[in-house]
Amino acid sequence: MAQAASRNRKLAARIAEHSTGIIASLLFAAPIVWAVLSTFKPAAEARLPPLPPWPTSGFSLENYATLDTFGDGLWVSAQNSIYVSVMTVVLSVVVSVLAGYGFSRFRFPFKDLFFILILSTIMIPFQSILTPIFLVLTKLGLHNTLTGLVGVYVTLQLPFSIFMMRNAFDAVPREIEEAARMDGASNATMLLKVMLPLVWPGVVTIALFAFLGAWNEFLAALVLMTDQSKFTLPVMMTALQSGRFGAIDWGAVQAGVTVMMVPCLILFLALQRFYIRGLMAGAVK
Amino acid sequence: MTTIATTTAPPRARKLVGAGRRQWIGLLYVAPAVALVVVFFLIPLGMTAWMSLHNWPLMGERTYIGLGNYVAILRDTRFWNALKFTAYYTVIVTIAIFAVAFPAALFVERPRPLTNLYRTMFFMPAVVGFASASLLWSWLLNVDSGLFSPAAYELGLIDRKFNLLATFQPAFWSIIAMVVWKVAGFTMIILMAGLQSIPQDLQEAAIIDGAGPFARFRAITLPLMRRTLALALILSVAGSILAFDQFYIILRGGPRNQTLTAVYWIFNQSFVSFKLGYGAALSMVLLVILVALSLVQLWLLRKPEGLD
Repeated sequence: MAQAASRNRKLAARIAEHSTGIIASLLFAAPIVWAVLSTFKPAAEARLPPLPPWPTSGFSLENYATLDTFGDGLWVSAQNSIYVSVMTVVLSVVVSVLAGYGFSRFRFPFKDLFFILILSTIMIPFQSILTPIFLVLTKLGLHNTLTGLVGVYVTLQLPFSIFMMRNAFDAVPREIEEAARMDGASNATMLLKVMLPLVWPGVVTIALFAFLGAWNEFLAALVLMTDQSKFTLPVMMTALQSGRFGAIDWGAVQAGVTVMMVPCLILFLALQRFYIRGLMAGAVK
Repeated sequence: MTTIATTTAPPRARKLVGAGRRQWIGLLYVAPAVALVVVFFLIPLGMTAWMSLHNWPLMGERTYIGLGNYVAILRDTRFWNALKFTAYYTVIVTIAIFAVAFPAALFVERPRPLTNLYRTMFFMPAVVGFASASLLWSWLLNVDSGLFSPAAYELGLIDRKFNLLATFQPAFWSIIAMVVWKVAGFTMIILMAGLQSIPQDLQEAAIIDGAGPFARFRAITLPLMRRTLALALILSVAGSILAFDQFYIILRGGPRNQTLTAVYWIFNQSFVSFKLGYGAALSMVLLVILVALSLVQLWLLRKPEGLD
């Protein structure tokens, strides 16, 4: 009798727990789902409040099509965003792997100074040095170029990704390198063929953070990219939302938001454990 | 990313590959990183300090004015108002984030069916950019084409559509709601990491000693989470002090310039009014605040004495 009562209480507790979990999950997902569903409404319907969020007068891709009619078009901004993000990923991985290896395995003058210098950049907000960055880029002839923006984004990634890669290389036993060196491996072969596969999870983590950082960054892109043909997606969509291209087309804005959100969500869902690992590496240390 | 707690790595075996000259190659490996930091960080940092001593328009002659910009800042009530608003926002949003993230962390910490799903769902908004999230919510909050106001109207909760973004209070709390939605999952994961690092046997011993859940939370969970809590707190505070995207995109600093944050004001001075020298001086003030905060962070994150 008592056993049955306790079993019932446990069941009730479990139901309460899971309904809390499910309702909270739905609340967190709702804005995203709402926006994505409403982008498939025809333009006329998209102007009305999204009640219900799904299209009621037929499925349509009009909102995505009209996006390409504003300014230089969505496609140009999307290409800019892709270029900037991919270059940021590639360069920050290359630079951080090299530096992580250097800091982990070699002893050279000013080593600690350089390491502290790189890590300490995290203390100083880049927001406060944007004006001089603008002037430096002008001096370098990189003013209003995507390449300049990539340089800024890579630098922003460095403290996290070098810290991450240094620790990854530190975790590789020295015996592995010594064995490879016996076999006559050069420094370059050693790094590429022997070490890189061993630190690969770290590489995926820093690549993921670099992509999300560059893809989502707004303020630096807003300040540094003054020519509309160089706008990245966040800057372009904000211009559209501010009514710069006439009356605000909310359907188009949400289509743009969807284009901006979906890659992040897919990458996160596919590489979740690397993302959480990165967070933990920072948090638990 | 600002998730790094700068602590020294555990002592490593100092047995290095090769010896003597070969070690210098290490400089080559770190050279690109150092070069980037110098070009895009150190030089701009020095320039900010230098520019802050000048009257520096975008075009035309710049003149050295010593501490003139800083004197002007003292009288710049709008900047102080922006700082005050930023501080107010930081306090409120941090409390709100923790109020959601801590219960969520306790909820997803224990392994049980569906926990992974819940974690993922709570975390999803965190990977969406602030700009995307702001654009999304500027639509949801819109009085005519949005969701909240029309939905409340349709449900008969209000008798005419209410513009959430027209007055300070509803606009401010709308931003808080949006930021909590976007950031709580991130804070939750950090707090969860801290919770999971608490040895299970401590909790069990306390249960045997007859400690109730509240007593255990106060005597075990909170003290052992000090560093994690400090980290989550610092990340939230530093992020909020630098807030810009949401106020620019959703409110454009309005209504009536009441939601201009510190970064927003610097942005306006530097890139709208093109007073580059003055903007640099404002940046220096912000920078000093943030560095002071980082030092507090290092102190809060210090390793407990006698441990580790």
